[in-house]
Amino acid sequence: MKKSVWIVAGLLLPVLGWAAGGGAIYPNDDIDIDWDDKASMQRGAALFVNYCMGCHSAEYMRYNRMGQDLGISDELLRENLIFTTNQYGEQTKVGEQMKITMNKEYAETAFGTAPPDLTLIARSRGTHWLYNYLRGFYVDETRPFGVNNSVFPNVGMPHVLLDLEGLKKAVTETHKDAEGNEKEVIVGFEKIGEGSMSEAEYDQAVKDLVSFLDYVGEPIKQKRKNIGVGVLIFLFIFLILAIMLKKEYWKDVH
Amino acid sequence: MSKQNSLLGWIDARFPLTKMWNEHLAQYYAPKNFNFWYYFGSLALLVLIMQIVTGIFLTMQYKPDGDLAFGSVEYIMRDVDWGWLIRYLHSTGASFFFIVVYLHMFRGMMYGSYQKPRELVWLFGMFIFLALMAEAFMGYLLPWGQMSYWGAQVIISLFGAIPWVGDDITLFIRGDYVISDATLNRFFALHVIAVPIILLALVVMHIIALHEVGSNNPDGIDIKKLKDENGIPLDGIPFHPYYSVKDIVGVAGFLIVFSSVVFFFPEMKGYFLEYANFVPANPFKTPEHIAPVWYFTPFYAILRAVPDKLFGVIAMFAAIVMLFLLPWFDRGKVRSIRYRSTAFKLLLAMFVISFIGLGYLGALPPTEGRTLASRVFTLGYFGYFIALWFISKNENTKPVPERVTS
Repeated sequence: MKKSVWIVAGLLLPVLGWAAGGGAIYPNDDIDIDWDDKASMQRGAALFVNYCMGCHSAEYMRYNRMGQDLGISDELLRENLIFTTNQYGEQTKVGEQMKITMNKEYAETAFGTAPPDLTLIARSRGTHWLYNYLRGFYVDETRPFGVNNSVFPNVGMPHVLLDLEGLKKAVTETHKDAEGNEKEVIVGFEKIGEGSMSEAEYDQAVKDLVSFLDYVGEPIKQKRKNIGVGVLIFLFIFLILAIMLKKEYWKDVH
Repeated sequence: MSKQNSLLGWIDARFPLTKMWNEHLAQYYAPKNFNFWYYFGSLALLVLIMQIVTGIFLTMQYKPDGDLAFGSVEYIMRDVDWGWLIRYLHSTGASFFFIVVYLHMFRGMMYGSYQKPRELVWLFGMFIFLALMAEAFMGYLLPWGQMSYWGAQVIISLFGAIPWVGDDITLFIRGDYVISDATLNRFFALHVIAVPIILLALVVMHIIALHEVGSNNPDGIDIKKLKDENGIPLDGIPFHPYYSVKDIVGVAGFLIVFSSVVFFFPEMKGYFLEYANFVPANPFKTPEHIAPVWYFTPFYAILRAVPDKLFGVIAMFAAIVMLFLLPWFDRGKVRSIRYRSTAFKLLLAMFVISFIGLGYLGALPPTEGRTLASRVFTLGYFGYFIALWFISKNENTKPVPERVTS
């Protein structure tokens, strides 16, 4: 049986070679998120409420859940991280969700498309994509906000972190694609305006923000893995006992 | 008479409890040579029960409403105590149900468990598979994410390919001109009530039919031929306690693999929970690439391999019908792969590779090369049944032993 499987596999599997394909993005740097680095996530939370929450909500996330998980007291939440109010002008309560006041109709007129809620953005786009997307803005005078993005071409979002990163211009090369058509491909960036951060500082800030978004996407992630270790230890002991029990019962089967 | 016995006696005089216990467990004689592949039947039952129990708890918090469904799932994931665990058990359970059932079916194909006299066992099993696909398809709409919505859109639109009545049928299924709140509500009703009832009834019939004819085994031998003076098969052992105890080992092993996914990779790289499904359903925005969940991709690849939509749909349904008819495609007298011809082994290997290849290709966006590959594998899939019909008539088999081998 085994031999015949290999023969047929040898004949059929090369067929899958026809299935190859796929493209790359620029930038394409990996990000390694450290869930134990709560300070990074706290900085990310600060960036999020300051820079993102003008337009983007995180409407499935509660402020105080974030506070509990990231080690931020209710006091600090109220003082530093909650900028929204209700219709009477009272500050949003810590137990409430991270919603924003901008309505969809206004957002659509302003940006062409309503900025999406970001609670689950790290789960739908992935942290790798987010890390590169937020580092992919460059000058493009043809766009309404004067910037374009190499990872998400013609995105409706302006470069919100511009004063941190500073302005970049794209370095392009002409490549030929599979059909022989010539295409401008972005291969690098050139700094043309200074921001308040160095390149390394900006990369770290984006990493902080993406770490925070990863946390918001699934707040239970770290605890889930910790519980999983205990569950697996229990199950391995259970498996050993089950095997011993089975052997005991099966002694008389020949 | 002890108190326990008197209570049992009281019940037995009114309900055949001891009789049923004996018929299906304590005096149900199963072949003693079951191997690894025989775990998946009891595991399928385990997953079914787990899906029902976790499903009941999810239903307590889930809201089948186009405006609330997506948010209610996130509410379960965040605000309900242990809700994330219940949800991941259910979503991972769906995928594992198919893994277990596919392996269970492959076992049947390998050892000829569908052959006479077990055709009805196989047919009930196939109806379970069909009900399971309906259950999974309707369940996948409920989180109301982009892939829920557009995946359902693609699959329901397949019925539109039926001549004349196609559009009316899709309208009837959706209850609307597009997938909407009406569709979500009826799918919820079918997913939590109608299909589970059918599924449970079919499982009961599957097991009754099996216990009527007796289990097959890796040697494909009829153990009832040789019995001792008490009428007990020489190669048979009572299901309980031998296999009930052995299946606990299977359960432990299964739970280790299952928990590894639930606790460490619940998305399974986007195969168990598709990334696009973390975006709420948006009828105005079609995702770049719509792929059904992995357990449907082999059939989806067959659909796409055929250039014409109607014939593609026919080919896809035919792929399932072929499985239903397997007991009649196979005209062989020898059941187990251990004693069948090399031709059979090659064919089965071809089928498995084609099925996996189709599953792989069905999850990817089509290119010219992939479509060509899907066609080759589609031929491999259907070729198995056709070729089996021809080779099994006068197959060059090895002698089958009288008694089971260990």
